[in-house]
Amino acid sequence: MKRGIAGSLESNDALITVKESDKLNITIKSIVYDFFHTQIEKVIRETLTELGVDKIDVVCDDKGALDYTIKARLVTAVKRMEGGK
Amino acid sequence: MRRSLLFIPGNNPAMLQNSDVFESDAVIFDLEDAVSVTEKDSARNLVSLYLASLKKRVHKEVVVRINGLDTPFYGDDLKAVACGRLDTIMLPKASVTYLRELDSLLGEIERERGLNKKIAVIPIIELAASVLEIEEIAKYPRVNGVLLGAEDLSGDLGVMRTKEGNEIAYPRMRLAYACAAYKIDAIDTPFTDTADGEGLEKDCRYAGNLGFNSKAAIHPNQVPVINSVFVPSQKSIEWALRVEEAARTASRKGLGVFSLDGKMVDKPVISRAAKIIEKARAYGLI
Amino acid sequence: MKNSLGRFVPDGYIPFENSSAHKAKKRVTVKEKHISQGFEELADISEMFDKLKISDGMTLSFHHHLRNGDYVLNAVAEQIKKRNLKNMKIAPSSIFPNNKILVELIENGNITDIYTDYVNGPVAEAISRGKLKGMCVMHTHGGRPAAIESGALKIDVAILAVPVVDRSGNGSGFGGKSACGSLGYAVSDLMYADKVVFVTDTFTDKLINAQLNGTYVDYVIKTDAIGDPAGIVSGTTKITGDPVGLKIARNTAELLDELGYIKNGLSMQTGAGGTSLAVAHYVKNVMKAKGIKGSFASGGITGYFTEMLQEDLFNELYDVQCFDLKAVKSVSSDPRHKAISGSRYANPYDDNVADKLDFVILGATEIDLNFNVNVTTDSHGMLLGGSGGHSDTAHGAKVTVITTNLVKSRLPIIKDNVTTVTTPGEDVDVLVTERGIAINPRRKDLLEKVKNSKLPIITINQLQEIAYSITGKPEIKEISGKPVGVVVYRDGTVIDTVYKI
Repeated sequence: MKRGIAGSLESNDALITVKESDKLNITIKSIVYDFFHTQIEKVIRETLTELGVDKIDVVCDDKGALDYTIKARLVTAVKRMEGGK
Repeated sequence: MRRSLLFIPGNNPAMLQNSDVFESDAVIFDLEDAVSVTEKDSARNLVSLYLASLKKRVHKEVVVRINGLDTPFYGDDLKAVACGRLDTIMLPKASVTYLRELDSLLGEIERERGLNKKIAVIPIIELAASVLEIEEIAKYPRVNGVLLGAEDLSGDLGVMRTKEGNEIAYPRMRLAYACAAYKIDAIDTPFTDTADGEGLEKDCRYAGNLGFNSKAAIHPNQVPVINSVFVPSQKSIEWALRVEEAARTASRKGLGVFSLDGKMVDKPVISRAAKIIEKARAYGLI
Repeated sequence: MKNSLGRFVPDGYIPFENSSAHKAKKRVTVKEKHISQGFEELADISEMFDKLKISDGMTLSFHHHLRNGDYVLNAVAEQIKKRNLKNMKIAPSSIFPNNKILVELIENGNITDIYTDYVNGPVAEAISRGKLKGMCVMHTHGGRPAAIESGALKIDVAILAVPVVDRSGNGSGFGGKSACGSLGYAVSDLMYADKVVFVTDTFTDKLINAQLNGTYVDYVIKTDAIGDPAGIVSGTTKITGDPVGLKIARNTAELLDELGYIKNGLSMQTGAGGTSLAVAHYVKNVMKAKGIKGSFASGGITGYFTEMLQEDLFNELYDVQCFDLKAVKSVSSDPRHKAISGSRYANPYDDNVADKLDFVILGATEIDLNFNVNVTTDSHGMLLGGSGGHSDTAHGAKVTVITTNLVKSRLPIIKDNVTTVTTPGEDVDVLVTERGIAINPRRKDLLEKVKNSKLPIITINQLQEIAYSITGKPEIKEISGKPVGVVVYRDGTVIDTVYKI
């Protein structure tokens, strides 16, 4: 199965792992879960829509990343998956 | 006019999000040496989306150091970061040939994206060959400053890099003259010992005396030192203001040359004083 | 019941009114304990339990000067466990991660109530998870001596780790293999506990100027080691290298200078954190450049301040606890560096040093639009600290400056309302962050002084907006568990409640 990983577990970063899937599945783990999980999920969904991906498995391990960082890590992970790495 | 240009590693979100608080005159988001080959895509996307997220201007100047034109990365780098927020591209391992190529690429992108501005270029002089064509590089239309890259340069020359910097005396001087001739910023090479504040200050003063007006920083803690050295000192501002005042009095009396503190003051001295005053005003010192 | 800040106060506690309410009250002191007829030596902690008939429901107190290297509290906890005593109350001046053995005793009901000024690590987590049957009563460093001397906190046995004890029972932290410097937080326990036991690993013939007076001591236990020197004090406390912290510190020193507080005779205190020490560094630069000499610095003392004393930048240091080896060495040898008691440091009813401070530099886990500060819990409501001397010095100092990053791990530090109030906003004057400085609107005098300043001075609401523009607005998290602790203000009233999470 094709996979893509991007980011890190450093402070203010997020490690995002994506896998091919037959449905959309988003898992979020975050040190600021109580305060931002809705926003994190929104960013992930919007980014997937922009990328034209609707069936994928996304695991986001967040260490306090801002929206653009989560988006950048997700874009990179998806591109890496599509690149077959 | 710049004093300090701060390098920020392009793939480091923690550094990126604070890049606007360190009071540097320019921030250089680095996609080149600070990013490993396997993370080039990651850094490019991060810097691109960071710039896109800025709702207003928060940096005095946004510079991106792309990967060199001898690598497969520079095209994607440019496409990712060329946007309204970008002011300047920093070009590693510069030569006139690469500069020409970059110029035409930037022209294309500016047209395609309807950017109503001309993206500037800061070439880095870090090859012996570049030192020899520095005049051509400095007068190239998009170029508004040139950075000396002493680490790579001393490598190319096969000499040891030292704190005193005797090995880079020649390129420093040539760069300073070329930049002065074409009225662009002469940007000194970074001081690599980030723990040595005194050494940094000394290095800044030395470069300043050679004709450099700015220096690149590789750590935010270097910025306050650089900013304080590359502005006129309080003493020189006081002197310049007195020269200006005396010149006004002299010109009322129809005198071109006069004496201040027992020293002759003529036109070159008056224009040097005027430059100091202009700079002091620009940085809010008077 | 709610207090004047609108915070819930559980039954049986007096609600907080304002930070000056103590001025209308009189100092209450119970009789000091009897003068002992010379101490008796005990073989070990176990014999102490037998001899003093330590039994269910008693209150035992401790100090935290051996910090994360302390063996004594843990050794007593072992005995409580072994004897399966129930409903014990403990009153350590602070609790650190190395006291994790307490978790088991809390879960088993051996310990049901805790009185402390600061708690972090596994014990803090156990309390936050609701494991403690009674309450965790969080005092301040100045409020604790006031509670002890007034009898509000009655101690049956004070079990005090003392690095050196002489033949008359006098005790000191200046020598021995577990030297920790000042023993300031042990003094009230010594004077007012029913029984006093010293635990030491070093005897000496005669101590001169011992901080702990032997006439109060009933028993002394000699043991192999009272602590692990590596955990007692760090080798050096360093100023931060973090560029954001340094920028905050630079701006803080510049602001203090513009406000005219860096002047001859100044008195100051900073925390031992990297950013606070960096403020001391930049203040020192201004002092040296202008040839200024201060009167005193106080608090927990670090090597940085002992260096300033050696450079003659202060007349004296008032030291309630030492944070590093340099401070220990200095307090032991330099007569200008004075060890003081917790009461003399910050007891609102005593002639205290905190009240004489010109400025204090403090941290914050959260601050709100009314300038209330939380250093007791995190934004989830989890216990992770406590006032220590925070609210004492904030009240005493002429200017209280909070230095903190505006955003930490995506969390904006400025809340509409802090999760837990430790220090009331009426005592907090300035907030310095990397993206701007906010001055409490109550301080019109300060605002007037800086109206032409080039420093980025804006309102706290604007500063919050800047933070939100970076992080997005965080969702509000409701905290709804049962009360597990109370935050007791220095005058004995309750300023806020800590809840189970």
